[in-house]
Amino acid sequence: MTTVTEFTGGDVAAGAGRGSVGIRISGLRHSYGRNPVLEGVDLTVAPGEFHCLLGPSGCGKSTLLYLIGGFLPVQHGTIATDRGPVTKPGPDRGIVFQSFALFPWKTVLQNVLYGLENLGVARSERLERARALIDMVHLGRFADAYPSQLSGGMQQRAAIARTLAIDPDILLMDEPFGALDAQTRRVMQEELLAIWQKTNKVVVFVTHDVQEAVALGDRISVMGANPGRITQVVSADFNREKGSNVARGVEFNSTVESVWEMVRHEATVAEKSSAREPGSR
Amino acid sequence: MMPGRIAQTLYKYAPLVILAVAWEAAVRAGLVSPTMLPPLSDVFKSLVRLFSHGAIFGHAWSSLVRLVTGLSAAIVVGVLVGLLMGTWRAAHLIFQPFLNLLYPMPKSALIPLMMILFGLGDTSKILLVFLGCLLPLVVNAYNGARGVDTKLVWSARNLGAGNLRVLTSIRTRAALPDIMNGIRTALAFSFVILVNAELIFGQDGLGYLVGSFGSLGEYSSMFATIIIIVAAGFACDRLFQRFSDHLLRWRAV
Repeated sequence: MTTVTEFTGGDVAAGAGRGSVGIRISGLRHSYGRNPVLEGVDLTVAPGEFHCLLGPSGCGKSTLLYLIGGFLPVQHGTIATDRGPVTKPGPDRGIVFQSFALFPWKTVLQNVLYGLENLGVARSERLERARALIDMVHLGRFADAYPSQLSGGMQQRAAIARTLAIDPDILLMDEPFGALDAQTRRVMQEELLAIWQKTNKVVVFVTHDVQEAVALGDRISVMGANPGRITQVVSADFNREKGSNVARGVEFNSTVESVWEMVRHEATVAEKSSAREPGSR
Repeated sequence: MMPGRIAQTLYKYAPLVILAVAWEAAVRAGLVSPTMLPPLSDVFKSLVRLFSHGAIFGHAWSSLVRLVTGLSAAIVVGVLVGLLMGTWRAAHLIFQPFLNLLYPMPKSALIPLMMILFGLGDTSKILLVFLGCLLPLVVNAYNGARGVDTKLVWSARNLGAGNLRVLTSIRTRAALPDIMNGIRTALAFSFVILVNAELIFGQDGLGYLVGSFGSLGEYSSMFATIIIIVAAGFACDRLFQRFSDHLLRWRAV
């Protein structure tokens, strides 16, 4: 798989189809000032799909995620979920950041309660739901700890619980395990798959790690830089029968290899084109 | 453990002890005239007299009321303005010129104006304290609100918070370390401006007491009053720091 074919949108993937809400993106362009970061992104994420956005830095994968989240205004093109076009942040699309972004002055429990307070959930139900989620991410003993007292992996678990508390249809994850060590990262990947399989949510997961993308994604959008765009969409849903454990057999390895070839190609192209730009490093 | 801590404290304040000994010795040895600089032992005698006499408490109370009123009002207004400036561009455009005006102005230069406008009573002094400590409060709250991690604001919005809720529950809380720094600076400023004002046009208060002892030539009582002011300032600062540490206990150690 060394040839790069331009991806054109509109093909609905063979997602698991267990949930009910998908994402449709068409003709999406975005720029910061005069710098184009995304050009002509078309993508459809099926209900219940775990979709990875994979690419070198500068390919606009995080920008694409923030646009879906409604944190940045859509400049050209459209993003819609089954609830309608995306115009602003909403609890139907929960986000998890690489930097965790927990409220540092709140305990784990208070962090998880925050969204439920905003949504007007009754006090007793709030506590019950928050405690259940904290138990689910194995932080039961640390409910009253402040984020600064927790390890990186624990902080990310707390952040995931906080986002799950508002029960979003779509889970947006911005390199959530990028700041974690290799062992913690693998454990978290498997726990995330377990949560995903339990909750039937759409997950859009940004990463620059090929192995991670192949291990987690039903499908992978391989992105290129300068300007950012989706160059290929790859299916990688062979792990699913194994439950939450990621099978890393022959098929896994060959997929990693072929996806790696695509990413390498994109990275080389990106480097060449940025080297040709006057004034860039 | 305890003797160790006492030794540490003594060591820390050794320069002050040396100064006190040098003061006493210089006067006793006749290097300085006792009418110009009373020996420290006399100052302490005056200090005891001030307390046993009881007159000091009325003056201290007057000063305290002015300080607390002016400082509280400044904290409410200053923090609010700073937070708004850090959150909305329009607020920044409106308030920034006033800040630029207030910044280089010596606040004590306003004393005559306040006297004329609001008389010799409490109002003018409270207003002076208010104006004197407004600046660090606004600037710190502004910096705090502006420096809030975007991802925290995004998270809050994502979790269903509206604009007002983001301001009250996120920006204000995230800016709290800066706000507390601002209050600490303001606390020191408020002592300076209040004592200035009371010295110049007071009928009571600790600053007035310093001035009247000075003009009567009762230098040991004057120094005793200054020591009281310094001690009160030091105690306020320490208490505030304790409170601040407790409030910000969530920060990484």
